[in-house]
Amino acid sequence: MMDTVLLLVYIFLFPGFLFLLAYALVFEYLDRRIAARMQHRVGPPFYQPFADFIKMLGKEVIDPDGVDKRIFDSVPLVALAAVMTAYLYIPIIGSSPLAFQGDVVLVLYLLTLPTIALFLLGWMSRNIFSAMGGIRAVTQLFIYEVPFFLVILTPALMAGTWSISEIVVWQQKNMWFVFLQPIGFIVALIGLQAKLERTPFDIPEAETEIVAGPLTELTGRRLAFMHLTTDVSLVAGSALISAMFLGGPTIPVIITPIWLSWIVGFLLFLVKTLTILLILSSIKVATGRIRIDQLNTIGWKYIASAAIAQVAIVLFMSYRWVMA
Amino acid sequence: MPEVIIPIGPHHPALKEPVNFKVIADGEKIVRLELDISYNHRGIEKAAEQRDFIRVLPLLERVCGICSHSHSTAFAKGIEEIMQLEIPPRAQYIRTIVAELERMHSHLLWLGVAAHEIGFNTLFMWIWRDREAVQDTLEEMSGNRVHYGMNEIGGVRRDLTPEQVNAALVRLPHLEERIKKYVDMVNNQETLLIRFKGIGKLSKEEVLKYGAVGPTARASGVDYDIRSDDPYLAYKEAPWKVVTDTHGDVYGRTIVRIGELEESLKIVRYCLEHLPEGPIRVTVPKIAPKGEIFSRYEAPRGELAHFIRTNGTDKVERIDIRTPTLANWTSVAMCLVNQNLADIPVIVAAIDPCLSCTSRITVMNDYDRKASSITMDELRRQSRARFQRAERL
Repeated sequence: MMDTVLLLVYIFLFPGFLFLLAYALVFEYLDRRIAARMQHRVGPPFYQPFADFIKMLGKEVIDPDGVDKRIFDSVPLVALAAVMTAYLYIPIIGSSPLAFQGDVVLVLYLLTLPTIALFLLGWMSRNIFSAMGGIRAVTQLFIYEVPFFLVILTPALMAGTWSISEIVVWQQKNMWFVFLQPIGFIVALIGLQAKLERTPFDIPEAETEIVAGPLTELTGRRLAFMHLTTDVSLVAGSALISAMFLGGPTIPVIITPIWLSWIVGFLLFLVKTLTILLILSSIKVATGRIRIDQLNTIGWKYIASAAIAQVAIVLFMSYRWVMA
Repeated sequence: MPEVIIPIGPHHPALKEPVNFKVIADGEKIVRLELDISYNHRGIEKAAEQRDFIRVLPLLERVCGICSHSHSTAFAKGIEEIMQLEIPPRAQYIRTIVAELERMHSHLLWLGVAAHEIGFNTLFMWIWRDREAVQDTLEEMSGNRVHYGMNEIGGVRRDLTPEQVNAALVRLPHLEERIKKYVDMVNNQETLLIRFKGIGKLSKEEVLKYGAVGPTARASGVDYDIRSDDPYLAYKEAPWKVVTDTHGDVYGRTIVRIGELEESLKIVRYCLEHLPEGPIRVTVPKIAPKGEIFSRYEAPRGELAHFIRTNGTDKVERIDIRTPTLANWTSVAMCLVNQNLADIPVIVAAIDPCLSCTSRITVMNDYDRKASSITMDELRRQSRARFQRAERL
């Protein structure tokens, strides 16, 4: 009974959904603020993402002609649900209570769903800009997803387990994967930036070309949920990279008692995810948007090659260890 | 993928003014482009015929919100030529200073917009911040940021005090440093290079064939600049050179504009330091003799031409304004073909289009491709009908 209550608290309150939603909006604020300061602007006040979200929830929902209303309503919710579920499997304060062998694959799959949702929205909107955006989103998906999957799976390969929580434990005992697999870490950051469609990979939402891409026909709560999905993906993606490469909520020292390790773990989670956000924001500020054909070249020529090289190195090293 | 028609404009986030492109695209490649301009006809030429010269100048200044000084100078220059007036050197220098500051603020604005079109918002924000230095100088001299109201037939309306001259000179070194920084960024920043190089290419022959002007022409190696080909104001005395480039693409146009920023800065500095003493205007007769004049001026976007016909009264009989953007449209429509869809904003922006200044009424019949003009009465009737329709809604 007690376990069930604790599990429900974990899922719904802390560090589950309630904390996640608040943290996602704070993340958006920090992202915008960092970018604004780098661009010599003032930037929004801290409550701006909250205010935007609540205001958009209250706005009129407009259905484009000939669009299936129910599907149009449900796609943003599916996307949001997918990324929120993904977050639950990533260790935040200690190991995730829901962890199982293979959850890393599940998390990767769930984090891909928002892009599919974007494509669906774009295709259903019956608007040329949305359709173009949807097609671009899927084209981009095929470019960044392969290297991203490869480099997220290489830590699993080295640690010999398919559970994120166990990979974190492996790193605590041995060494962070950012030192063991620096190429993989860089590719993962680039992949996350592309996954979240941030500059220089904001091709599907290129404002000056195709208005808002797949989001063009979205209004009111649909738009609010899609924006929230992006924010939650940002948190979940950063948490995933922090868990896979930066040792998640742990440091190489084992802390006792257990409650102290939870507090330290949570603080470490904050520090690591914010560091990743800072890197992602800096990339966003320092670049312009590239074209989809240029992304294709860069993605397959360099990023995918780097990811494959990383896998090859890891396989070679594991082989040596097995022989020894 | 089958061909799709992508409508860009008249309302689109990439456009600051109304224009319509029907882009026929095959996937991400542009097959063809149909251009529809003149959404914003304001009847300025007609209105100018009904005012005397003194009141025409502020009107013409409002043809454009960026090159306002260009229009009033071109007109004043033309009328002074008809009246056979020689304006005092101090007035000429002041006109030159304002004209070059205007060119700087226009080019800085353009560079920011071009960066924004490729999603590089940081550069956009930085440049527009630095552009404020130019705007501040203009505001100190004239009291306004955009419509300076400096010109008058026979000279300028406001003199520059030594304090204003000093304040302007003090701002220049910082600006120079920032411009150097942007030169460096344009030449080395990776995303700028891959988005600008090889995009929207125009050869020298094409430029001459389609009659492109200004930085668009100079970027393809056409050495055409009214300031040196038909010198006016103080351009004969000031040390400067025509900036040309051989790339012929958006990158080349950027190089030319950045080079012109440096040249403009030199001209402004020279004129401020060598400002001659003397009166700032001469008294002019109220009426102009009968005559025709073709007054040319190098606006920031290229050659601006005012055709003025006077009939011995205090009003013009006919004024015809050919803005540089109008001359550049054909070249844009041509160099967009076979380009990538994602490059439309930056190629269109590369001529620095100033759309509302360009609006002229010519009625094109889409079926038999015949052009005709429209009478004032017909225009009046149509606008009334539209107004009534709008009221009923």
